[in-house]
Amino acid sequence: MSIEIRNLTHCYSEGSALRTVALDDISMTIEDGEFLGIIGHTGSGKSTLVQHLNGLLKPTSGQILVDGEDLNGEHVNRRALRQRIGLVFQYPEYQLFEETVAKDIAFGPKNQGLSKEEIDQRVRYAMDCVHLDYDKYSNQSPFELSGGQMRRVAIAGVLAMKPSVLILDEPTAGLDPRGRDRILSMLEELHSRENVTIVMVSHSMDDMARLATRLIVMAEGKILASGTPREVFAREDMMVSAGLGVPDASRLCRALREKGLDLPDDLYRPEELKEHLLRLWRARREGGAAPC
Amino acid sequence: MLKNITMGQYYPVDSVVHRLDPRMKLILAILFIVAVFMAHSFVGYLLLLAFLIFACKMSNVPFRLLLKGLRPLRMIIVITFLLNLFFTPGEDLWVSFWIIRIYREGFMQALFYSMRLVFLVAGTSLLTLTTSPIALSDGIETLLSPLRVIHFPAHELAMMMTIALRFIPTLLEETDKIMKAQMARGADFESGNLIVRAKAMVPLLVPLFVSAFRRAGDLAMAMESRCYHGGEGRTRLRVLKTTKNDWLALLILLLLIGLIVLEGIFLKGVLF
Repeated sequence: MSIEIRNLTHCYSEGSALRTVALDDISMTIEDGEFLGIIGHTGSGKSTLVQHLNGLLKPTSGQILVDGEDLNGEHVNRRALRQRIGLVFQYPEYQLFEETVAKDIAFGPKNQGLSKEEIDQRVRYAMDCVHLDYDKYSNQSPFELSGGQMRRVAIAGVLAMKPSVLILDEPTAGLDPRGRDRILSMLEELHSRENVTIVMVSHSMDDMARLATRLIVMAEGKILASGTPREVFAREDMMVSAGLGVPDASRLCRALREKGLDLPDDLYRPEELKEHLLRLWRARREGGAAPC
Repeated sequence: MLKNITMGQYYPVDSVVHRLDPRMKLILAILFIVAVFMAHSFVGYLLLLAFLIFACKMSNVPFRLLLKGLRPLRMIIVITFLLNLFFTPGEDLWVSFWIIRIYREGFMQALFYSMRLVFLVAGTSLLTLTTSPIALSDGIETLLSPLRVIHFPAHELAMMMTIALRFIPTLLEETDKIMKAQMARGADFESGNLIVRAKAMVPLLVPLFVSAFRRAGDLAMAMESRCYHGGEGRTRLRVLKTTKNDWLALLILLLLIGLIVLEGIFLKGVLF
């Protein structure tokens, strides 16, 4: 399922003194099967953009086409569409409301009107996706869990609808490193194994370096740059001036290059930097020079 | 969907009216209410209208915002009008049809009562549109502080008001967010009968209450850790000052009341 955005503009509080332009003439396409990262400073319009993608916000002007059909057209069933394009909000754990984890996750499938067996199966599937043990957690109250676990329950609540596109707004914000790692590896699996198209909003460059196949950089409601992570992170100056910076590995690589090491200028993943450094180190040792 | 609540919303622009002392503005609002109740004729209401338009012009608030504040009350205004129209007895019968009797006196009273409501709401929304909630509760606190002699908790009351006002937009935003999050999971808040709709509110209300309690706890903790211990010996960041403009505004309003009173005495019966 591809989503095309055409000249999307969104203003908050249109026609009053508080009027602010959150999105300014955005055009882009989300391809089937990609892992798109949207990065930008606070207030750059990321969250506003993703809320348009499943029709929760209406554009002030412009269009969003899902498989060629206008999302805000008159005859579109937006409720059905929202189940195909799952949106996980920022701090989704604050939307939990049911008595048990299983019931909460079942909320989405129930709204889809599925049979009891199918719902139960979906709940198991979703809990499996987020690495929560069904037997252990399904009957617990979601309010008794830890922050990271609550967030995974909330994400499971969206996954249970089996969306073909999953949009996440800052899924790792406010989590400890382990909680963060769990969410990221879960997303990695979803993308590679279940072939779900993923759109992730974040301002953690390291998360993006690890997962994204394509990046979009936003600043003041406009698209500042777009391309593969390698292309985007190579432009460190632009990233810094947008108030963002680059992944730790890119920064380290650049510092090492300035010290005179022979490294390519577009490394951004810790693993590939390690590979290159090992290669250099071996070459020096074999060449008879002392290891650096 | 929740953004169109205008009654009592601050409109942040700069103007003479915005800069008036909040204490004076509160007194002015009370005097305006007095003026509204003193007016008993068309001339009186015309004077009120002229004053309102003048104040609105001075405050840089668009006039339609004042009118927008009336929208939630339109049913009450219409009902007031109809009740007075049909149930006020008088001498000058205008319409007599089936069991309906409309007298001239009834029509006049209906018109005046509903206009009174309109002026009351428009006048007080001008106060809240031009005064930030913080300034407003500051003003209320100082106006009420003489009552401390009889152990009236003026500071606590003002603090509670400030906190309540402070959290209205936050909770609205939160409601909006949770609503969207549940809609993203296929929730439907708009269709079905009353019971279905009430049930549909559960996924909205439970998280909202949970977060309201959490916020209240956090706020209490934050206040305590900054040594808040009530109003005793507390000084202010913004000390309220009365300027020449404040006294001028008071003078204009007293003039308005004076005119309305004089008109009531001398022109009564001449025009309507």
